[in-house]
Amino acid sequence: MSNNLDLKKGLNIPLKGSPAREVLASVIPDVVAVKPTDFKGFVPRLLVKEGDRVLAGSPVMAHKQIPEILLTSPVSGTVQEIVRGEKRKLLAVLVKADENQEYVSFGAKAPQTAEETKELLLKSGLWGSLIQRPYGVLAGLEDKPKAIFISSFSTDPLAADTDFTLGDSLQDLQAGVNALAKIAPVHLSIRKEVYSSTTFHKVENVVEHLVSGPHPAGNVGVQISHISPIRKGETVWTIAPQQLADIGHLINTGKLDLTRKVAITGPAAEKTGYVIALPGTPVKELTGIEGDVRVIGGNVLSGENLGADGYLGFFQDQITLLREGREREWFGWAKPFRPKVHSTSWCYFSWLTPGKKYDLDTNLHGGVRAFVETKCFEDVTPMDIFPIYLIKACLAGDIEKMEKFGIYEVLPEDLALCDYVDPSKNEIQAIIQKGIDLMIKEMA
Amino acid sequence: MADEKKPGLFEKGGKLYWLHSSIDAFDTFLRVPGTVTSKGAHVRDGIDLKRVMIMVVIALVPAALFGMYNVGLQTSTLYGLDWNFWHMFWYGLLRMLPLFVVSYVVGLGIEFASAQIRGEEVNEGYLVTGFLIPLIVPVDVPLWMLALATAFSVIFVKEVFGGTGMNIWNPALVARAFLFFSYPSSMSGSSVWVSKTWVGALKDVDAISAATPLAIAHESGLEALDAQYSFMDMFWGFIPGSTGETCVVAILLGALILVWTGVASWKIMVSSVAGGLLVGWLGQLAGATELPFYYQIVMGGFLFGSVFMATDPVTAAQTETGKWIYGFLVGALAVVVRLWNPGYMEGMMLAILLMNTFAPLIDHCVVTSAVNRRAKKVLNA
Repeated sequence: MSNNLDLKKGLNIPLKGSPAREVLASVIPDVVAVKPTDFKGFVPRLLVKEGDRVLAGSPVMAHKQIPEILLTSPVSGTVQEIVRGEKRKLLAVLVKADENQEYVSFGAKAPQTAEETKELLLKSGLWGSLIQRPYGVLAGLEDKPKAIFISSFSTDPLAADTDFTLGDSLQDLQAGVNALAKIAPVHLSIRKEVYSSTTFHKVENVVEHLVSGPHPAGNVGVQISHISPIRKGETVWTIAPQQLADIGHLINTGKLDLTRKVAITGPAAEKTGYVIALPGTPVKELTGIEGDVRVIGGNVLSGENLGADGYLGFFQDQITLLREGREREWFGWAKPFRPKVHSTSWCYFSWLTPGKKYDLDTNLHGGVRAFVETKCFEDVTPMDIFPIYLIKACLAGDIEKMEKFGIYEVLPEDLALCDYVDPSKNEIQAIIQKGIDLMIKEMA
Repeated sequence: MADEKKPGLFEKGGKLYWLHSSIDAFDTFLRVPGTVTSKGAHVRDGIDLKRVMIMVVIALVPAALFGMYNVGLQTSTLYGLDWNFWHMFWYGLLRMLPLFVVSYVVGLGIEFASAQIRGEEVNEGYLVTGFLIPLIVPVDVPLWMLALATAFSVIFVKEVFGGTGMNIWNPALVARAFLFFSYPSSMSGSSVWVSKTWVGALKDVDAISAATPLAIAHESGLEALDAQYSFMDMFWGFIPGSTGETCVVAILLGALILVWTGVASWKIMVSSVAGGLLVGWLGQLAGATELPFYYQIVMGGFLFGSVFMATDPVTAAQTETGKWIYGFLVGALAVVVRLWNPGYMEGMMLAILLMNTFAPLIDHCVVTSAVNRRAKKVLNA
């Protein structure tokens, strides 16, 4: 059975540099990083010290409060360095990779019960792939999720095409679904326009949803809010298709092999395409970086600024390269035409060139002001919420109002387009995250 | 170059750091800031408040230009002067210029000062307010009164609430209301709406009256009005009144720009006109007035208020349903005041200010009902 979900509101940012459907290289990294900061809600306790030997799949750190939750090394090798930041905060464990990879054996056996699935995910370090809603944090061990949601496609700007990255992983996807289905019913949303050509429609044992519309239609949070809104006290889990395939691969082969295709995108990328790599690979090894360029792990809306010396994050299947926009344009705000600047507002003339792709940079295009024009938020939020009232409730720290206006259904990424369109240049995602953090604190 | 204007002197720790808000304002006026995104989305839309506000000013230009011509036209008609088009326009321009200068100097001065006190960047909101105020007051208003009203409204209606985006009432309208209630003799009656400061002194005929169509209709009825001004006179704007408000065509041109660019809500404009027409029609049926209902739209400040003042995104209702209700009530109340009020013949200013006050309440009701509906939906899901 499949259900239709046609979303109208939203926006596809016309950015240059979508990934060409070709594999550019296969990177065997010298060093990989295991970053606890990739997992929201994970409080790390180190299990290794510098010089220790690890295999691909060996634990390197555990959750301080829930020691069953582990993070494991994606490669076999030697622990090279423990990287700490301010107040000795653990930022990463660097593992120098062996030439020949050795894997921990988890046994190639499909889990038969929910308990077996959970145990396998915990042991292998893939528990962190499961994200709990509300709040978008690590799934809890005692959670009884009413469902597990997977969006098979991404509408993020320049996103990796999951059909290209996972098109030949049907068996892994199916094994992953079968294992998760032991815990709760699995819902899979598929892009309507490509339904019959995509691998994902062949996945069985799922409730299918056909989704169409501009970004953020591919966001799992947006889909959940239409398919099965989260009530107070309920939880659902989500998992991205790449992590689903990782779980399936683990079940089918018995080893933790996180090799994946990572999209190299963005207007500042010399050559776009896909690179085969591991999470934790130094971004320098993935792509050439020249000049004053920002390296974003993920997409331009909700991605992380990794820096040229950073490491690819666990969930990131995309690198976006953007020029830093530090130039100052004379009378930019008053010019009738600014061909290099895109705007959804008809105060500019971007509407004259609907098919044009832009070489956007990181300039803020204005100063921070109080909220004035707020209808633009609703135009890019295809959910049954009042964005501006939710934002104001978060600013005020008013728990009761945040609940009323739908804090349980959103993550910052679902309102990322509000960041983009706001003429007052407020940081909407940061405001929503602050609200979510407050909810976690107060509801604990 | 702008860089040279911004030495260490104005940077934090510099001697003139206290002036940095003003310096920043001039600097970012010349060149868009080179700030890059630091968190959240890494790319941003080209739109900013400067662009939004300048669009409103552009939308006001047709009404302002026609208004200047009309100032000259009304004066030359009243005194029987033999002026050509350019005489009229130049006369109007010269009469209006001091009003704009006073409005901007006083208003922006206070904006800059309060931005510096708060240590924030200067807001662009006053670009519009400062343009609106001269267009909605009598052209002969003494400049000190204008300065006082502007100062009052910027300080007490805007800055004490936290500046642009935080105010409850439309600052330009409050400036007008301040004048109206403080100096009624300069703001109402039949002798203030045609400029005679210079010409009047020359000709020494200060007592000559030139009432607005609203006043004529109010005092002497439809017949007297028709005798003096035709519907088309009022439509094209060849009538006495505030500088910006008379020409329907120029205002509609502005409305087109505002709606096209999405800066102002067409819902508020449409519902306000609908409200005015409906009450005008009911008033006609009930015998409260003999004016045809559509006269209500072309007379006085109704259309100017509906298009430029009621739609101010800060003081209007924020929700889409709320905008329909808010706009309708603005239009309806304006005509109610016109028809059922013996003292004051124009109701638009008070209607908008009243609805500014109630806009948050309207939004509250709309949002509460949506939240309840949503709660039910989630419960049944």
